[in-house]
Amino acid sequence: MGWYNKRLAKSLWVFHVSGSPCNNCDIEILDLLTPKYDVERLGIKLVGSVRQADVLLVTGVFNNKVAPKIKKLYEQAPKPVFVVAVGTCPASGCTFKDSYNTVEKREDVIPIDMYIPGCPPKPEAMIEAVAKLIGVLNG
Amino acid sequence: MSKNKIPIGPFHPLLEEAEYFELTVDGETVVDIDLEIGWMHRGHEFISEQKSFTQSIYLVERICGICSTSHPLACVHAVEDIDNIDIPLRARYIRTLVGELERIHSHLLWLGLAGHFIGYDTLWMWAWKYREPVLRMCEIVSGNRNHYGIMRVGGVAKDVDTGAIPDLMKNLDMIDSKIVMVANAAKDDPVLKARLKGVGVLSYEDAIAYCATGPTSRASGVPSDIRRDDPTDAYDLVDFDVIVASNGDVYDKLVVRLLETIESTKIIRQCIEKLKTVKGPILNNVKEISPGEGIGRYEAPRGEVFHYMRSDGTNRPIRHKVRAPSYVNIPTYSASCKGISVSDALITLAAVDPCYCCTERSLKIKDIKKNKCSFNLLDLSRSKTKRIRRKFNGNK
Ligand code: SF4
Repeated sequence: MGWYNKRLAKSLWVFHVSGSPCNNCDIEILDLLTPKYDVERLGIKLVGSVRQADVLLVTGVFNNKVAPKIKKLYEQAPKPVFVVAVGTCPASGCTFKDSYNTVEKREDVIPIDMYIPGCPPKPEAMIEAVAKLIGVLNG
Repeated sequence: MSKNKIPIGPFHPLLEEAEYFELTVDGETVVDIDLEIGWMHRGHEFISEQKSFTQSIYLVERICGICSTSHPLACVHAVEDIDNIDIPLRARYIRTLVGELERIHSHLLWLGLAGHFIGYDTLWMWAWKYREPVLRMCEIVSGNRNHYGIMRVGGVAKDVDTGAIPDLMKNLDMIDSKIVMVANAAKDDPVLKARLKGVGVLSYEDAIAYCATGPTSRASGVPSDIRRDDPTDAYDLVDFDVIVASNGDVYDKLVVRLLETIESTKIIRQCIEKLKTVKGPILNNVKEISPGEGIGRYEAPRGEVFHYMRSDGTNRPIRHKVRAPSYVNIPTYSASCKGISVSDALITLAAVDPCYCCTERSLKIKDIKKNKCSFNLLDLSRSKTKRIRRKFNGNK
């Protein structure tokens, strides 16, 4: 799939999935699109449908209600699709890991390729992560 | 005529958070609206009861990323209410400063998203561009762009450096002029006026009947503001106006928020001036919390946020209850959405500035074919703006 990945890396289309976050990581993702950071100049575009996505940006600890839907979204995405987990929430569960309503292992719901730590991560960190992903895709 | 149902969400490009609405429509007119919540429920109250008072503050900050001052402030007010703890004057000014910075960034964020929903992406980019210096100021004051982690029971955790004040002032001057410019441009825009006036009206009576709070109620003429009615921190020491409008439509909600932003810059200016002269401690050392109960209120950007804490003399709350403003504002949809056209539904839903993370402290793909309707809904809203814009350009 090397040749395919290289073509994908030219312009990554991302879809944003919010699995019970605190909203902050989501806002910071939207911040990426606005004039100060403007990731569209790197060919990254936020799309409205998971069917057009190359990358899923996942935020939040998944609660029991939202987890099956996230799984379904992942199944609907055209493969190959890369899952980038934004924030401490999907990585470790943040302060919510003791809750009765969050799934224990988010990796069981969907396979996660990359973690961006931070609560919330700075937009610079997110841009660096996507740049790294492009590097990996280019081989 | 048969009635159709339009499902919106749970994962929808419009909503940054997962949420599920069901509009019942008769032709073009919305006749009913239903809402399914619970996608964001993370069990804050339960977790908080396992943590110490100081850890609770860190936790409630993560109820919502936008109100990450309002919840901690209401929470510390509740704990301070148990023991009538005094707060040093300097800490009171710092609290107010951070609270008002949050209000500006939250209102600008809403303005941008509202612009995006009706197809005014220029407004989105503008508003968010001028939101960056606000976040920069938050970073100077607290060290973080978003989750500030600055509130403590009995004061604040971090002092504002005297050396940082010129930098704060420089940023504030910049924000001030830009906000006035954006506010005037948005208020006087003929297309925005034609698009938003008379849309999604919430009457004075309905605002009271639904117990709406915050800008949602103030746009309908209900002059309620916790900052003035029950002043905490430095709000009784600073000078500001409560903005009230009368029509209750989306345009008035926009105007109320814009003018409030300008009021907030005034409060921030006064706080920074005071911080130059008022010196002293920033934190009262609180050793233990005696048994009892307390309440805390604060005027969050969306309305009144309420926290209740009960202590049994140990270091953790045995009961912690949170009531977020969106929880009372969201039901006003059933008053404001009925009878409007489908293309206006989106902006009416957005006008309340709903925050589901607060409310539930989460999407459902029901049927991918049905879900397509919802994309059309965004198109509908945007094409209406386009039509109005074309009309105006044609008139010129
Ligand atoms: S990582 Fe932090 S900022 Fe991001 S969603 Fe979780 S709690 Fe919120």
